[in-house]
Amino acid sequence: MTRVVSSPETSGTVAQAPAAVTMAAALNQALADSLAADERVVVFGEDVGTLGGVFRVTDGLARRFGEYRVFDTPLAESGIVGTAIGMAMNGLVPVVEMQFDAFAYPAFEQVTSHLAKLHNRTRGRLMLPVVIRVPFGGGIGGVEHHCDSSEAYYTHTAGLRVVTPGTPADAYRLLRQAISCPDPVVFLEPKRRYWSKETVVLTPEGPPIDRAIVRRPGRDVTLIAYGGMVATALEAAAAAAEENWDVEVIDLRSLSPFDDQTLTESVCRTGRALIVHEAAGFAGYGAEVAARLTEQCFHYLEAPILRVTGFDIPYPPPHLEQFHLPNVDRILDAIARLQWEEDGA
Amino acid sequence: MLKGVVVVTLARPSKTANAGSLLPSAAPLQLIDPDGRPGENPGGLTFPAPDVLLGLHRHMVLGRRFDTQATALTKQGRLAVYPSSRGQDACQVGAALALRDQDWLFPTYRDTVAIVTRGVDAAQALGLLRGDWHCGYDPYEHRVAPQCTPLATNTLHAVGLAYAARLRKQDQVALVLLGDGATSEGDTHEALNFAAVWKAPVVFLVQNNGYAISVPLAKQTAAPTLAAKGIGYGVPSLLIDGNDAAAVYAAARAGVERAASGGGPTLIEAITYRIEAHTNADDATRYRTGDEVQAWLARDPIARLEAYLRAAHLFDDGAAGRLAAAADRLAEEVRQRLNQDVPVDPGELFEHVYARPTAALERQRAALLAELRESAP
Repeated sequence: MTRVVSSPETSGTVAQAPAAVTMAAALNQALADSLAADERVVVFGEDVGTLGGVFRVTDGLARRFGEYRVFDTPLAESGIVGTAIGMAMNGLVPVVEMQFDAFAYPAFEQVTSHLAKLHNRTRGRLMLPVVIRVPFGGGIGGVEHHCDSSEAYYTHTAGLRVVTPGTPADAYRLLRQAISCPDPVVFLEPKRRYWSKETVVLTPEGPPIDRAIVRRPGRDVTLIAYGGMVATALEAAAAAAEENWDVEVIDLRSLSPFDDQTLTESVCRTGRALIVHEAAGFAGYGAEVAARLTEQCFHYLEAPILRVTGFDIPYPPPHLEQFHLPNVDRILDAIARLQWEEDGA
Repeated sequence: MLKGVVVVTLARPSKTANAGSLLPSAAPLQLIDPDGRPGENPGGLTFPAPDVLLGLHRHMVLGRRFDTQATALTKQGRLAVYPSSRGQDACQVGAALALRDQDWLFPTYRDTVAIVTRGVDAAQALGLLRGDWHCGYDPYEHRVAPQCTPLATNTLHAVGLAYAARLRKQDQVALVLLGDGATSEGDTHEALNFAAVWKAPVVFLVQNNGYAISVPLAKQTAAPTLAAKGIGYGVPSLLIDGNDAAAVYAAARAGVERAASGGGPTLIEAITYRIEAHTNADDATRYRTGDEVQAWLARDPIARLEAYLRAAHLFDDGAAGRLAAAADRLAEEVRQRLNQDVPVDPGELFEHVYARPTAALERQRAALLAELRESAP
């Protein structure tokens, strides 16, 4: 793994020279800096200790911080989340890893009935600052149960924050912010971007955990993306410019809560909106985005809000995933359907 | 080492205790028999001191009165539902009193008597069942977790809390209450396994009352006993008479002491019986006979300990009268407090979803309050 920018002793706030960092390395640095900054932080899960995680996101942390801060667990996801809840009740800040999106489902009851609700159930007396890291989404040729987009299961659960980074710099910032957050956070890591690089200085400073970012300003249409689709959306926006569409790209970052302000401002200005995600469209996250923006921006809209999503099918095998995943062409086709004046619509 | 020879060392976990030492006794351990005489199978349990026995008896009498009062309040509509722990009095009180002040109790919905015995205010302890909020007490005040209603999920919380105490070098033990039905849930298996691997300071107390609502033990498990399951995880286990408060206290205390001294978890199966139906909404005659209930009434935990105390001249009619009066005062207080309507605040619905309400929740709160103002007479 690439060595990353800030030295082990810094909390990530010291100015450094920009360096090329992968998202996996940025996440590793965020964990290291959080462990160094706060002795309550513990990192655990399947294979996160000696191996450093199957994606190497926890590489070297057990060696550096010891087996009482970073440790392997038995292979049992409900056990991982359930014990994290108990640890948080007793003053720790657990950061746990679910090895893959679909492998997190055994923990579903602990996440939805307990982690999400205990603060509410106890009238605010219990705080559970737990972070659940979940590598999510497809695009890596993974076999079945390794490529799910499970965000809607979590965003539908009140009490959870759900965030996902689109870039290495944001991966570092969002993970530091998630670990500092008093609420439980489901942290979705777009695994197809683990090895994408960015030349940056990693810092926790910047937009707060619940704000969307305008990644590319534009006047004609708001293209809304998150996680692994942010890079695809930016690529599509560049291609659209050649066809004289000035596309604004918004990276949601926080799926829950939803940054109504940033999104409403953009869509009311452009009058057109398109949401892109890998997950199936039916009852998917994009449906909520479209409904909210329709309610808030209806009189400014020039066209119905459209979605570019995966099909309503179980995630396909590796040789077929290319047909399922949204890509630049599908995004451009959808933009073309947004009732432009020259269509005579 | 010979070239090409691989020494296989991974297949067996290391440092496992002698497997036989993990098994429970064949018959339940008992310190006081149903007639109040010294039990025939005390095993290695330590017989509690007279003041402990008096405390167990006192709290069982108070708990029983509280339980009867709570059941009565359901009939008056003051409680949405009440799962009685009558018959399981020894488990409730023995578990709660075995804990030290700094320890944690993880109860289920049937363990309100244990919660009250731990010191939680009686009206607050009924908060969940009354329906004002999901948990009526502050878990940190007496170190009592919210009551677990899905079952078994609290076993993992107990293990995590206990392991955190170890990581933070705090002398704390967690005792989790579960029933025979909960031992079939995956979380119980994961919790026993995590606790054993981590040597977490936890005591698992299974109140085996023979039924998971209506499903009898024979349809729940094919294991010889529930305690026998401990060996599969490397957890030492005890099988005890759950209607013998002295045995429950001694076993739970032994578990707490082992945990506190770094010995890891203990699994205790206490054989007991729920005298009432599952809740006031249940009809137990559909799945069990009156004769069976009568047989268990003859094994009443309070009568047994009282017989022992009277024979040992530790308790007499005068003490019984004073205790009955104290129990009546408790019932009267519970009755009065629960007969008062507690005003609910619709605005609070949005208050504890996150550490701070989100902008969207603030909008929903404002909309609800406006709706209420408009509909007000």
